[in-house]
Amino acid sequence: MKKHLLNLRGDSINRMTNGTAHIVLSTTDGAAMPEMQPGQFVEVGVDKANVLLNRPFSIFNRTATKLELLVKPLGRGSDALCNYEEGDMLRVIAPLGHGFSIPEQDTKVLLIGGGVGVAPLYYQARMLSEAGMRPTLIYGDRTAPDKILLDMLSSVADLAVCTDDGSMGVHGLVFDHPVYRDDLHKHKKFDLIQICGPLKMMKFLYDDLGILQMDVEFSLENKMACGLGACLCCVEETTRGNRCVCSDGPVFKINELSW
Amino acid sequence: MVDLSTRLGDIKLKNPVLTASGTFGYGTEYSDFIDLSRLGGFVVKGTTLEPREGNPYPRMAETPSGMLNAVGLQNKGVDHFIEHTYPTIAGCGAEVIVNVSGKSIDDYAATAEKLSTLPGLRAIELNISCPNVKQGGMAFGTTCEGAASVVEAVRKVWPGHLMVKLSPNVTSISDIAKAAEGAGADSLSLINTLLGMAIDVERQKPVLSTITGGLSGPAVKPVAVRMVWQVCKAVNIPVVGLGGIRTAADALEFIMAGAKAIQVGTANFIDPTVTVQIIDGLTDYCERHGVEHITDLCGIV
Repeated sequence: MKKHLLNLRGDSINRMTNGTAHIVLSTTDGAAMPEMQPGQFVEVGVDKANVLLNRPFSIFNRTATKLELLVKPLGRGSDALCNYEEGDMLRVIAPLGHGFSIPEQDTKVLLIGGGVGVAPLYYQARMLSEAGMRPTLIYGDRTAPDKILLDMLSSVADLAVCTDDGSMGVHGLVFDHPVYRDDLHKHKKFDLIQICGPLKMMKFLYDDLGILQMDVEFSLENKMACGLGACLCCVEETTRGNRCVCSDGPVFKINELSW
Repeated sequence: MVDLSTRLGDIKLKNPVLTASGTFGYGTEYSDFIDLSRLGGFVVKGTTLEPREGNPYPRMAETPSGMLNAVGLQNKGVDHFIEHTYPTIAGCGAEVIVNVSGKSIDDYAATAEKLSTLPGLRAIELNISCPNVKQGGMAFGTTCEGAASVVEAVRKVWPGHLMVKLSPNVTSISDIAKAAEGAGADSLSLINTLLGMAIDVERQKPVLSTITGGLSGPAVKPVAVRMVWQVCKAVNIPVVGLGGIRTAADALEFIMAGAKAIQVGTANFIDPTVTVQIIDGLTDYCERHGVEHITDLCGIV
């Protein structure tokens, strides 16, 4: 898929209750937004942050003329990006990497997202739903997510929420949810599991799901510089040796990882 | 019509803009963004005799106006390069220069000898300045004897243009430059990265798996300009300047300090079109200042 260097305009930036920002960017001249696959990512130049390198973000959504990101303020780059205003211009390199696999018709897909890691899963769920394969999404977060986000997620997936503080859904972590414990582990109701979230969560799922002999995919987010497979900074030690998360991933199959 | 062409010994480049090894992959990573044939040339990723997996993650730390890397020369080895990579980039319209590294003098020479069989490959860049490998690398580039011995050995087996990339992690870079020139180098490129270190105070640990790494980016530019200026006064072979170049003005600083060509490194990570912007910027500058040949600006400071 051809990569583009885009100059995009901030259309709307909605700050959610937990500080995460839903950023909608659009092309300036009404041009079509380049095609992008769920699970691919973009590099964003955050000039206002006065940092050198671009920052990688999952594609939360892509429409004919718009690109949407879900950004949690976790450092200088993401903090500054959350404070961009409507009309600000952003330098975006997109789309990058290889995304989630698109399953054959009638595949039962379970998506598992932790925190802001839910971002690429919304886009994947939307594409699956549009292809007639509405997935199930277990979404875990520290506290009750914003209603705007919940509405978006539940429009494209059967949503199973859990929170660390019990303020919504199941009180606990993603693997405490009955959908995970019963539907997945006991009843083996799913054919494909696609996961994005904190490394600790993903490593637990890696250990726990290895025995199920199912197709499982993880989206990684190693620290990177170029996003193009040139600098070789973001490598993950895989069963095929060191691979760039940016160009060989960010999505890896469970049997490629060596956690 | 401005003439941006320049020469490195026998090799004529259509413009002085090259890319730095390890920052531009094998060129193809950037071909969605720019027409590679517009570049003066590009220096491909450090190539070694045997395949190398490089250092463990994490290999990168962003620092004020710069970044540290500790990639450790990850590459698939010279045989793979010759068989699979070179055929895809030869004939791209830009000068391809292969960066060569090794653990021992024999490694360097054996790699260079294999590359000498490649049709159309006119230049290699000898990396005696990588700070991220335990053996070889920078160890050869920090003494005059070390630099001379590697250059001499490679000179015997490599008939083409021999560029030698120098380390800034030395007391007198001019002395190393003269040693490389005396041993048969056709040109010098400088600077490689500056040895640096960053600590994550929350984790109370170094950020990089290797503890130390190489600093690049705008932060190193003044050091690089100074060293290029010093080396240009010390040697008679062409010098290629690099270190923190992001704009045409940055490139011109190196050219005015005496460099015949420049390499763009870290800036490729931020804007994949930066090289062509620099080329266009050099033309603009020459037009504004009534400069007919870019080489008229070489060493004017």
